[in-house]
Amino acid sequence: MRIGVPKEIHAGEQRVATTPEVAGQLMKLGFDVSIETGAGENASFSDQAYRDAGCEIVDSAEALWGGADIIFKVRAPETVEAVLLKSHQTLISFLWPAQNPELLKQLTDSGATVMAMDSVPRISRAQKMDALSSMANIGGYRAVVEAAQHFGRFFTGQITAAGKVPPAKVLVIGAGVAGLAAIGAAKSMGAIVRSFDTRPEVKEQVESMDAEFLMLDFEDDEDGSGEGGYAKVMSEEFIKAEMALFAEQAEDVDIIITTALIPGKPAPRLITAEMVESMKDGSVVVDLAAEQGGNCELTEPDQVVVKNGVTLIGYTDLPSRLAAQSSQLYGTNLRHLLTELSPEKNGEIDVNMDDEVIRGVTVCTGGETTWPPPAPKLSAAPAKAPEPEPVAMPEAEEPSVWGPIVAMVAGGLALLGLGAVAPPSFMAHFTVFVLACFVGYMVIWNVTPALHTPLMSVTNAISSIIIIGALVQVSSGEKLIMWIAAFTILITSINIAGGFAVTRRMLEMFRK
Amino acid sequence: MISAGIVTVSYIAATILFILALGGLSNQETARRGNWYGIIGILIALLATIFGVVTQHYEILLTALVVGGAIGVLLARRVQMTQMPELVAILHSLVGLAAVAVGFASFMDPNSHFEGVEKTIHDIEIYLGILIGAVTFSGSVIAFGKLSGRVGGKPLMLPARHWLNLGLLIAAIWFGVEFVGESAAGGGMEPLIIMTAIALLFGIHMVMAIGGADMPVVVSMLNSYSGWAASATGFMLSNDLLIVTGALVGSSGAILSYIMCRAMNRKFLSVIAGGFGTGGGSSSGGGDGEEQGEVVPIEAAETAALLEGAKEVMIIPGYGMAVAQAQHTVFEITKVLRAKKVNVRFGIHPVAGRMPGHMNVLLAEAKVPYDIVYEMDEINDDFPDVDVSVVIGANDIVNPSALEVPDSPIAGMPVLECWKGGTTIVLKRSMATGYAGVQNPLFFKDNTRMLFGDAKATLDEVLKAL
Repeated sequence: MRIGVPKEIHAGEQRVATTPEVAGQLMKLGFDVSIETGAGENASFSDQAYRDAGCEIVDSAEALWGGADIIFKVRAPETVEAVLLKSHQTLISFLWPAQNPELLKQLTDSGATVMAMDSVPRISRAQKMDALSSMANIGGYRAVVEAAQHFGRFFTGQITAAGKVPPAKVLVIGAGVAGLAAIGAAKSMGAIVRSFDTRPEVKEQVESMDAEFLMLDFEDDEDGSGEGGYAKVMSEEFIKAEMALFAEQAEDVDIIITTALIPGKPAPRLITAEMVESMKDGSVVVDLAAEQGGNCELTEPDQVVVKNGVTLIGYTDLPSRLAAQSSQLYGTNLRHLLTELSPEKNGEIDVNMDDEVIRGVTVCTGGETTWPPPAPKLSAAPAKAPEPEPVAMPEAEEPSVWGPIVAMVAGGLALLGLGAVAPPSFMAHFTVFVLACFVGYMVIWNVTPALHTPLMSVTNAISSIIIIGALVQVSSGEKLIMWIAAFTILITSINIAGGFAVTRRMLEMFRK
Repeated sequence: MISAGIVTVSYIAATILFILALGGLSNQETARRGNWYGIIGILIALLATIFGVVTQHYEILLTALVVGGAIGVLLARRVQMTQMPELVAILHSLVGLAAVAVGFASFMDPNSHFEGVEKTIHDIEIYLGILIGAVTFSGSVIAFGKLSGRVGGKPLMLPARHWLNLGLLIAAIWFGVEFVGESAAGGGMEPLIIMTAIALLFGIHMVMAIGGADMPVVVSMLNSYSGWAASATGFMLSNDLLIVTGALVGSSGAILSYIMCRAMNRKFLSVIAGGFGTGGGSSSGGGDGEEQGEVVPIEAAETAALLEGAKEVMIIPGYGMAVAQAQHTVFEITKVLRAKKVNVRFGIHPVAGRMPGHMNVLLAEAKVPYDIVYEMDEINDDFPDVDVSVVIGANDIVNPSALEVPDSPIAGMPVLECWKGGTTIVLKRSMATGYAGVQNPLFFKDNTRMLFGDAKATLDEVLKAL
């Protein structure tokens, strides 16, 4: 089947749904790939690079849509694109069906199969297709870069000949994928990073990135985790305590990055106009939720504005501003989805609606709307793991005093019995035997475990001392005994020479 | 002809040299000297016996010595380091066979002149020497077959095998009594031969019932048996040198077996009784089959990038590395990483491989310096600081359920806790379970990445990517 990748027509969109590298991997799955000319230009992928990867370059969008079986896009199709979609085709892109009901209806009516990359279920198996996460990751990183661009000072603290520079203080609200990426980026630039999130389980993740997790002064243990590991709306008291915390932090920090989103709801208002006013001049607020109304009261979507000396960044296209990286990760997400769709790797796709992931992403097929999908069976993070039962530690057994004594008495009696009947010559040998066992015991415990194999081969060589027995017997007048002894000498000498030689070979290899 | 006194003194010298040889193995610096002590010891013993005890047939003796020695050296030169367990096993079988041969020859010796109790004791000694020797011989041959893949590695489960073992043991004792009785009357060859056959059967059955990963215990146990066989022969011939040496070797093997068993948290008897994972394992097996989540595969290039970005890397080799002969590639990777200031260390589990110390020998063969190779106990606490752990063809020795699941068949076995570090990369051919038949939750952990394929081939790719 042929995959078509058109040029994105949304204003300002710089990403492309497939990079030359990903295209090569798609061809390995048995697909042909067509690219509209100039599709990758804004993400720094030239037509020539695609051609080198084996793609066909198509001159117009119409020709591309007409000739492909599967369309890869980044943004949801615009009206002019949607009319090009035929019933036998499959379209895979971001769609936001909840926000775009008319588009969904139009696509359903076309009879085509449409998959929304924003509807990938949040289950572990689907993580490699989770384009929201990969885009959020980029958004978080880019947010810090944008903040640094508009922030007039260093992030890292320095003591220079020209004086001391304090480190920048960054507050990241919402420690999801984007928030964590922002924490990581700010941290690696040397800033002091604090973070807040309503979901207590992310505290560990924040701390693992060496940032400070801000705790609320709040008596109830309210858990902000909703379905699918996303946040949910909190109670009034909680929000009050939260706002007090932000107000206090706003006076202290230089940069605020807000990433708080609740699925299907407008973004929560977290940073009020007063808080912005209380921030120092030259401070920066980056609002990643600008598209959903903004976490900050004063941000304007797609704009950078300065109010009260504070720069407010409301870009909604942060991933697109890192187009090459975004395209690469998004393309890889698409490739993983296609791998799921084409289990045979024969260049054909099979929309298996019994598969949880495929069912989840498919929003319409064959003229029927299949969105929203049934709730996923498994959440990415279980809401609350049941308290693990305290494992009853088996009580350490009291070392029995009687055990060794009984054993010793029995051993002693056995020795006594032996001594009573055995002749003195035997007892002399027996003494030697017992002593040798103890010497062996003492010596072997000192052997380092790394040398256990040489130990075995050397003891094996030594145990061939049994050759002495054969040497004694070889002088026998009996022919049979002599030949048996000769045979024994033969095999034991194999053992002696082989054992020592191989030990030597091994020990030669142990070098510092 | 030298006097009996000189012979005895030589034997004492040989004994001391043997003890020094074993003592020398306590660390790598003195080990080579220790091996020379052993060689000198056995040369002294041989020369003293040849010049002090042997009276005729020198030409046969020398021929056998030279031919045998040549074969031995040839074997030692030819053997691949990965075949070490096989070689050790087959060499053990030779000691066992020698003990049987010496026992029979001693029994047939017309010049023996024991009377009364001494006669009985001598007969018992012969009987024990042959019994242990025969078990060692057939057991080692089967172990050799299993290790070299000529015999299937799966444990052979005869019905009522414990009763069979018990029956064989009782039969051996009964024929022992018969033998001593008949020997006093001048006969005894018949029960002796029957007993030898029983002992051979017993050795075969015992090792057949033991599966692949219990081989370290079996090999060290056979090592121990070969020592006891030598010791029993020493009693039979009233020779202290044999007794002492046999006892040294016997206790050495016994301690090794004990260490191996402790490393697997198993009772020695249950290893010997064979059939791991069939009893308690299947009853608790209900939970094993359920899906434990998704594994995250990784490509060689990504692995290389992860390794390059790390500061602390721990490599955990297992039997899979030996099978794939990947140790040289592993060391090449180690060299590249160390040149890039990545601290690479090796963590060795005591039962990794098929023989005690197997992994150390393989790494040494690949010229990995031994001061970056650590034992489990030395490095297990360091894992939280490790950025990337690479598990090469190992499974049970890195299974968290040994610590976390109280009713797991491997519960309580000490394991390398690599999951406590940053990322764990597991090289594996497939998702098959390890020897214990227990699913490994490590593979499903969030910070675990699976690199599927033949260890050698994938590591070559990683090396190229570096």
